[in-house]
This record gives sequence, structure tokens and C-alpha cells, in this order.
Amino acid sequence: MMLMKRRDFLKAGAAATAMASLYGCAGGGKPSGHVVVVGGGYGGATTAKYLRMWSEGSVQVTLIERNPTFISCPISNLVIGGTQKMEDITISYDGLKNKWGVRVIQDDVVAVDPAKKTVSLKAGGSMAYDRLVLSPGIDFMFNEIPALASADAQAKILHAWKAGPQTVALRKQLEDMKNGGVYAISIPKAPYRCPPGPYERACLVANYFKQAKPKSKVIILDANEDVMSKKGLFTKAWTDLYKDIIEYRPNSEVKDVDVASNTAILEFDKFKADVLNVIPPHRAGDVAHKSGLKLINNRWVDINWLSMEVNGTPGVHVLGDAVFPAPTMPKSGHMANQHGKLAAAAILNMLAGQEPSPTPVVMNTCYSFVDAKQAIHVASVHQYDPATKVVQPVQGAGGVSAARNELEGKAAMGWAKNIWADMLA
Amino acid sequence: MKLPTLIAALGLVAATGAAQAADPNLARNLAATCANCHGTNGRAVPGSGMDALAGEDKAKTLKKLNDFKTGVKPASIMHQISKGYTDEQLDLIAGYFAAQK
Repeated sequence: MMLMKRRDFLKAGAAATAMASLYGCAGGGKPSGHVVVVGGGYGGATTAKYLRMWSEGSVQVTLIERNPTFISCPISNLVIGGTQKMEDITISYDGLKNKWGVRVIQDDVVAVDPAKKTVSLKAGGSMAYDRLVLSPGIDFMFNEIPALASADAQAKILHAWKAGPQTVALRKQLEDMKNGGVYAISIPKAPYRCPPGPYERACLVANYFKQAKPKSKVIILDANEDVMSKKGLFTKAWTDLYKDIIEYRPNSEVKDVDVASNTAILEFDKFKADVLNVIPPHRAGDVAHKSGLKLINNRWVDINWLSMEVNGTPGVHVLGDAVFPAPTMPKSGHMANQHGKLAAAAILNMLAGQEPSPTPVVMNTCYSFVDAKQAIHVASVHQYDPATKVVQPVQGAGGVSAARNELEGKAAMGWAKNIWADMLA
Repeated sequence: MKLPTLIAALGLVAATGAAQAADPNLARNLAATCANCHGTNGRAVPGSGMDALAGEDKAKTLKKLNDFKTGVKPASIMHQISKGYTDEQLDLIAGYFAAQK
């Protein structure tokens, strides 16, 4: 794979012109250039689509994604709980290709050269960009759980914190577990991807046990001192629905594991499980973490909230779970989608020689299921504050559900359908 | 028209123009924050149970948003979200969706 093939680029250009006339041309001062987006998850896919849509095809976009299809993390706990299938959370990139004229390449980026404005591809060769968007999500700090260093260990003690083969494998482990067995999930210290996700997973595994293996237990080993999200709603669900199934243990950081015996090793204690699900601490995804970008706590990328551009590295934007979050901002798919739109708007301004909007707004909505049908939510709105140069949560806005119910469960599925279409269709 | 008045008038036009030119995409960008649930440009996925906002009368959408914000209209989540936006922002959002045909 060499630099972009000239013929493909021209073809994309022709499609772009056709599309521009289809959507009506605003005319004058149009942005132009080539944006490379790395990572086709909630952040990257949204950025790619919105760059094409808002530029009316005048900006070329290449999306580099290592997987052949998009698989959603949100809703994947329902697959683990057995009420949804992998095909329900798997979506093709064809909409981005065919409807929006995004060039989608299945590959991996192994290096970034911000001075030459190129990325190196795993399959070989490099690609030039005018602006680069990295939306790599997270990678795990396996060194924090030393015995998890090997591929064999990682195949036995699963995280299932990236949706895909691990989601399927964890479901299989739960199906294979005997009635009366123990499932333990360990949660790393915040910040981590999807704050309510581990508690939702505990509920949905307990819901499965209640129906299929009622003598079994769910143990939550939380490195944090308390439930990190929707506390009252989750603890009420545990008491009301899963009284003799779920046990919550705060201040229980997993320091290591014994792979052979499926044992979690805590500071002063050990815990043996039949299915041990360890979510290791994580950091910005490899391509963002290892490209010499400015990091905070050596984990998350330091970005400018007007543009998602990396502080100190012009031309490179990072978004989604990989960034150092603004105050109270969760690492969520919904938020990554909002980052993607903020970045797309800023990039189009910059490619047209203008400043990014001085007043960006992002918001978050996150639904969690507590059984197969009932859900709860948390929402927040974040407005840019020029004094602190950060998007700050609006006081008095946002909040959580009054109570779990099936209407929210329906809203959660409606959310999924619409956000998937907003990124990919 | 007296010269000072003309200059003042021109100044006003220039100031208004500058404010708009500073962020001509403000309404578009704000409305995009709603799209995760209500669909790209307010075109919700049919059958998803979410309100489609594209092409809805501006006054109608704005009243709904204000009623959520003030608590007049009960909601499961929109009362919490609408409070995060200023009245001017809600006005821009309602206007943007009304213009989507």
C-alpha cells in the first residue's frame, strides 16, 4: 500500500462533486484537503461522516479501521447476559463508503509523523494527510496485572471491555459455568471506559443466573471506594432484583491474578472464581499513546477543547476515550460521537482558513440495563468555558432516572438505533 | 441621511455581520448534539420511538423545549438535557430543525 493511489483519489473526488450537487452547494470559501481518521468507533466514524456531510463532499476522508465491521460496546452487555446476539450489535461500514464517499481501509496505523504529516500503515507504506484524527479508544495496561501479560492468560481471564471476540468468549464461559458457580468482575480505578458499564454487566449476568443458574453468585470487586455511576439506582436494583446473587465489594483492587486457579489477588486477600472477568486499568489507545503526543498522567492525551487538537502537535486531533476528560465527563460512546462532531466542525473551519467555533457544546446520555427490559440513565451537558478553556458541566442540568423502568429500556434501544445511524448510515 | 447616522448604521451592519460571520455554523453545531437520539439533522430512525424533529414547526419545537426546561412538561430525560442549553441556543436548535425539509 503506497501513498494514496491517484486514480482512487480522483474517483473519490468525482463522487464528492456529484454529492455536493445532490446536497446543494453553499458555494464560496469551501474547505478542502484530505483528512485521515484512524479508528472507526463512535468517535472516528462520526467524524468521518460529519466531515463529508458538512463539507458537502469538498473534503476527502480516509477512515483506517482494523476491524472489518463496527461492533458496539454499548448494548454488548446484553449479549453477555444472553438477551441479544452479536449480529444485533454489528454494523457494516458500507454506509460510510457508499452514501458518504468515505474511503474505508482495513488496516492499522503503526506510526504518526506530525512533521511530515504522514501515517505509516501496518500493511506497509504511508499515507499523507492535511489533518489527522486519532480515535483509537483504549488499550490495557496489562503490566498492572503482571500475570495477565501473556496471550494465553488474556484468552482465559477476559476483560470483554472491547466488544468483539471477547464478548462472545465471556458469554461462552458463563454458559459453560455450573449452577452454583461464582462470576467475579473487577473494576479498575476511575477514570475508565464507561463508568456504569461494569455495574450493568453485573446486573445482566445476575439476571441470566437468576433464570438459568439460580444458585450462582456475582461478585463485584471494585478498586474504587464506591459505585462510580448511578449509585442509588444500581444498589436498589441489586437489593430488589438480585438480593442473594450480587455482592458488592468496594476498595477491592485486583493487583494480580493466578491464571491456573482463576484467582484474583487483592492487596490483603485472594478471591477464586469460576469465571473471572478482570478489566485492567487502561490508557489512550496505542497509536495515540505511542506517537509522542502530550499525555496527562502518562495515560490520556492532552487536547484543546475548541478543536480536539492535541496541545503542542498542530494538525493532529484526538477524541473519544483516549483524551484526558474534562470535569465530570465520562468516557462513553455517546461522548465520543459528540467529540467527533466538535472535531469535524473545527477541522472544516481550519481547512477553510478560519478559527474553530469559540462556543462548543457537548452532551452525554448513557443508558444502562438492570435486567433484560428495564433501564436507567445518566445525562449531562457541557459548555465551553473561556476562563478555564475546558468544556464544563452545566450546573443544574443533567441527572439520573427517577426509577428503573421499561420505558427507559425502550429508549435505550431507540438511542442505540439512532446513534448507530448517526455514525454509520 | 445625515453622515453620522449613516456611519452609525453601517457600523451596526458591520457589527451584526461580524457576529454572524464569527460562527455561521452555530445552529448546525448545536443541533448536531441532539442527533445521537433524534437522528442526523433530526431525521430519527423510523420505528425507533424517538421524536423526529426535522421539518417541525420552530415555535412548536421551541415551546416543547421550553416546557421541558421549566418543568411544565414532564419527561424522563429531556427536562435534564434542556436545562443545559441557553434560551438562545434552544432557539437556534429549533430553527435549524424547522429548516430541515
